[in-house]
Amino acid sequence: MLEVQGINAFYGQAKILDDVSFSVGAGEVVALLGRNGAGKSTTMKTMMGMVSSTKGDVTFNGETIKKLPSHVICQKGLGYVPEERRIFTELTVMENLEVGKQDKRPDAPFWTPDKLFKLFPNLAEMRNRPGGQMSGGEQQMLSIARTLMGNPSAILLDEPSEGIAPVIVEQMAFTIMELKKEGLAVLLSEQNLHFAKLVSDRAVIVEKGSIRYQGTVKELEENPEIRDAYLAV
Amino acid sequence: MGFYLAQFLTGLASASSLFLVASGLSIIFGVTRIVNFAHGSFFMLGAYLAYTFVNILPHGVLGFWGAIIVASLLVGVIGVFLEITLFRRIYKAPELFQLVATFGVVLVIQDLALWIWGAEDLFGPRAPGLGGAVRILGEPIPQYDLLLIVLGPAVLLAVWLLFNKTRWGTLVRAATQDREMVSALGVNQSWLFTSVFFVGSTLAGLGGAIQLPREAANLLMDLNVIGEAFVVVVIGGMGSVPGAFLASVLIGELNAFGILIFPEITLVLAFLVMAVVLVVRPWGLLGKPDAVLRGADGPPEQPLKPFTATSKYLVWALAAALLATPAIADEFVLVLLSDILIFTLFAVSLHFIMGPGGLVSFGHAAYFGLGAYGAALAVKYLGVDMISGLVVAPIAAGLGALVFGWFCVRLSGVYLAMLTLAAAQITWSVAFQWQDVTGGDDGILGIWPAEWASEKMAYYYLTLALVGASVYVIRRIVYAPFGYALRAGRDSQLRVEAIGINLKSQQWMAFVITGIFAGIAGGLYVYSKGSIFPDELHIARSVDGLIMVLLGGIQSLIGPIVGAVSFTMLEDLVTRLDYWRIIFGGVILFIVVIAPEGLAGFARKILPESLTGKKNEGVQI
Amino acid sequence: MSLLDVTNLCKSFGGVRAVNDVNFSLEKGEMLALIGPNGAGKTTCFNMLNGQLKADRGSVSFQGQELLGMNPRDIWRLGIGRTFQITATFASMTVRENVQMALISHHRKVFSLWNRATNSYAQEANSLLQQVGMEHQADRACGVLAYGDLKRLELAIALAHGPQLLLMDEPTAGMAPQERITLMELVASIAKSSNVSVLFTEHDMDVVFAHSDRLMVLNRGEIIATGTADEIRSNEVVKEVYLGGGSTFDTGEKEKTSA
Repeated sequence: MLEVQGINAFYGQAKILDDVSFSVGAGEVVALLGRNGAGKSTTMKTMMGMVSSTKGDVTFNGETIKKLPSHVICQKGLGYVPEERRIFTELTVMENLEVGKQDKRPDAPFWTPDKLFKLFPNLAEMRNRPGGQMSGGEQQMLSIARTLMGNPSAILLDEPSEGIAPVIVEQMAFTIMELKKEGLAVLLSEQNLHFAKLVSDRAVIVEKGSIRYQGTVKELEENPEIRDAYLAV
Repeated sequence: MGFYLAQFLTGLASASSLFLVASGLSIIFGVTRIVNFAHGSFFMLGAYLAYTFVNILPHGVLGFWGAIIVASLLVGVIGVFLEITLFRRIYKAPELFQLVATFGVVLVIQDLALWIWGAEDLFGPRAPGLGGAVRILGEPIPQYDLLLIVLGPAVLLAVWLLFNKTRWGTLVRAATQDREMVSALGVNQSWLFTSVFFVGSTLAGLGGAIQLPREAANLLMDLNVIGEAFVVVVIGGMGSVPGAFLASVLIGELNAFGILIFPEITLVLAFLVMAVVLVVRPWGLLGKPDAVLRGADGPPEQPLKPFTATSKYLVWALAAALLATPAIADEFVLVLLSDILIFTLFAVSLHFIMGPGGLVSFGHAAYFGLGAYGAALAVKYLGVDMISGLVVAPIAAGLGALVFGWFCVRLSGVYLAMLTLAAAQITWSVAFQWQDVTGGDDGILGIWPAEWASEKMAYYYLTLALVGASVYVIRRIVYAPFGYALRAGRDSQLRVEAIGINLKSQQWMAFVITGIFAGIAGGLYVYSKGSIFPDELHIARSVDGLIMVLLGGIQSLIGPIVGAVSFTMLEDLVTRLDYWRIIFGGVILFIVVIAPEGLAGFARKILPESLTGKKNEGVQI
Repeated sequence: MSLLDVTNLCKSFGGVRAVNDVNFSLEKGEMLALIGPNGAGKTTCFNMLNGQLKADRGSVSFQGQELLGMNPRDIWRLGIGRTFQITATFASMTVRENVQMALISHHRKVFSLWNRATNSYAQEANSLLQQVGMEHQADRACGVLAYGDLKRLELAIALAHGPQLLLMDEPTAGMAPQERITLMELVASIAKSSNVSVLFTEHDMDVVFAHSDRLMVLNRGEIIATGTADEIRSNEVVKEVYLGGGSTFDTGEKEKTSA
């Protein structure tokens, strides 16, 4: 349902992405793996219309979204949870959720703050707390919840486990499995291979802006050469 | 007793009008991070438009208030027009750009207003039904003032509700922090920004319109009010509307009572209060520390390179040409060249603090003016000769920079820029108001060079020698450990402190250095013109410097020289025309939109490597 | 006497105890890891050691010299180097100039107005860059470096004044797994060869377990456990508040086989 075909991206003169293609199906979790600066975040930003690509195409539910501005892409049901959470620190939890609120969509689960508080019980206890006074793990939860308020049918998660305690990362894995159950397509960028293995169906490895490997997580585990070359854990 | 109460109420009434302008400025700044000089022009347009509509609409209560409302809304629409055509393009540009662009708008609107409404002051009618006065404790208080006193808090409440109790307000507050993220969450942020601009400019228009019964609409309103509005916004905390209210009342009362106690320095008072507030509370009364803005910074500057061989030949060739010019040029050209040289030094000294120093100075005219006035006063009161005058100039400017710099380096970002502006306004007010010593508006006349330098050619060589030596010394400083440490502090404050460098003292010294060189330029200027007026210290002169640096491009050391040369020549050409401001403003806007890296930056892109020594190394990932 | 002695260190923010009665010491040449959940007080603790934050109570003694109350600059001059979670370098300078800057400051030449900065201490800078394997990139602009290289450059800057103690705040944050291991191996080898002590915070458990002589676990401002990697891994309290079930990092068995 979400397809990237041969996109590229530049920063100044430097090529950051070169001919990147992959797809994510409904109810599928795909992990975008690779080191820092490999092009994972840029891929997601290009999909969200934050970085422009001169070549290729991005389609969502069969419709091209490449030249659209971010807010239109979001309104079509593609949710984005950025790197480093980017919570509105001056706004309370409820206000953060309000910013993310969009209309109900027929093809996607409908979220309300109450329903989200069941998924993230911690947040329920701090409805009126400013985002800036929350811990990193809580902010990450809020960032995901905020994006879900837009009722997306597919969601991009950029490094959700970065800088977060292992015990919270486990909760995050649980949340992602829940979203998968709801039928969402999930694209996850990760450096933590343990975490990626836990939740994802397929893996796409990016290195220096190009895709070096695509396959199921199981195949990746059985292929130590690839693993060691690009991930090397 | 009654007299003091009346004075107090007058202060409150002025505070309301000031609050409307300042809150609009603060709202726009809070969301777009643009320090909008043109906000004063919105205020002025509000007054002029109200004047027009009061005369068109039927007289009476409805007609009067209808005119006020139509005028404010129309100003809001003008704000929206400017946002869509201009400001939208420069949200991601560096502060300096935005500032200069908004100043371009100021110039254009000034000439448009002159063209539409003429140069005469236009007196508006009194508000129907509110023309009388009420006696409180025996003192007459204008009814209109009482209305204004109520209006201020009412608008504060309305704005507060709008921002805190509506979805729009929540979205705006979110966008204030991270516009890209708001967009990724499905909000059309360009329209959000446009609507913010509408609200802000409407408030400014309203501020101007309701001022009409108290003050005639005139062409000086824009820059007069913007100075005060900046002070209010900075004291209150940029982006804080309640802060703006508090500060408006403070400034309103300060003016009302200050005039009783220190009539000579009323203008200085507001700026002094601002300086004190900022030192005690660096983010204003109710402001918050400046959040780092996302997605607003360009690629980093290239490392410094020594001159290439070709560049060295060019420098020598230029020097030879400048030395040979008097042989072929007439006096007129020599005077123009001297001007260009003087402003080159002015621009290079400003660039030193802004480029390598990373400190945006909106008030560089202060040091230029201090140098000029220093020399002029020394001649007038001590009768010193020219050489001593030229020694006094940098000393006076350096001392000024020592004092102002001490305050400024305690701040950063926009607050620092505003304080530098305040410093310049303080020196301007002193020169303007302290008539007994400085001659006020009449300036100081009869400051002529010594006998040996009185020929245009001799003075040209003197200027060339001093400017050439100064520019060389500044360049050495930039390449020396001091200049490197300064740039290091600009790149990463965290890191310089972690390698034992005291950034504040580096920056303080940088202020003094830049002050000294601007002072030399000021000294040369006063002897070349024979006189000095407060205008040389005004905001417009500071902005001239900024435009020169911008024209040349902030990231290159040659930039300010290119900028000063092209600016001075352009000014010389254009100011002879009627409506020169509109042309000049248009040129500024054109450059900001078309060649945002400045002329030198633009040239660097298209010139061969042998000249620039650049190596095109892309960003590696 | 240890190199660093921290006793009864306390800090509250608006009534909340961010760091509560923390005690530990650090020996010469030792690598000590400080781990714990977000908001446990690691950063607060760090910032008190390096002088950015004032402590409420307690003492931090470095070779017998009390650090509390000193500013970051003077603490640096005593021989304590720092690296940051997000790299802080001078983007508009070359790699070598970045290191030269630290050397210029070390030799107290930052107010020099005439000599060329690029000619100052170039040899020393080169040999520091060699230590971290960056000598080939010495003339490149720092702004174009890859992230892993920036981290190594930061290490060279931190070593410029020959420190006896390195404070590293999440040294491998934002790096790929292979780079993390390489960087920490580099740090460990420098620590051993020059007898420098290292105190670091870290979220990557693989890095922590592989490269620390000793670990401390901080939770809600208090140290709840101290010990070797094996002791910490098997500590029930630590598992509950921080490590969880161990599914998101290398468990002990795996690491032993791969090591």
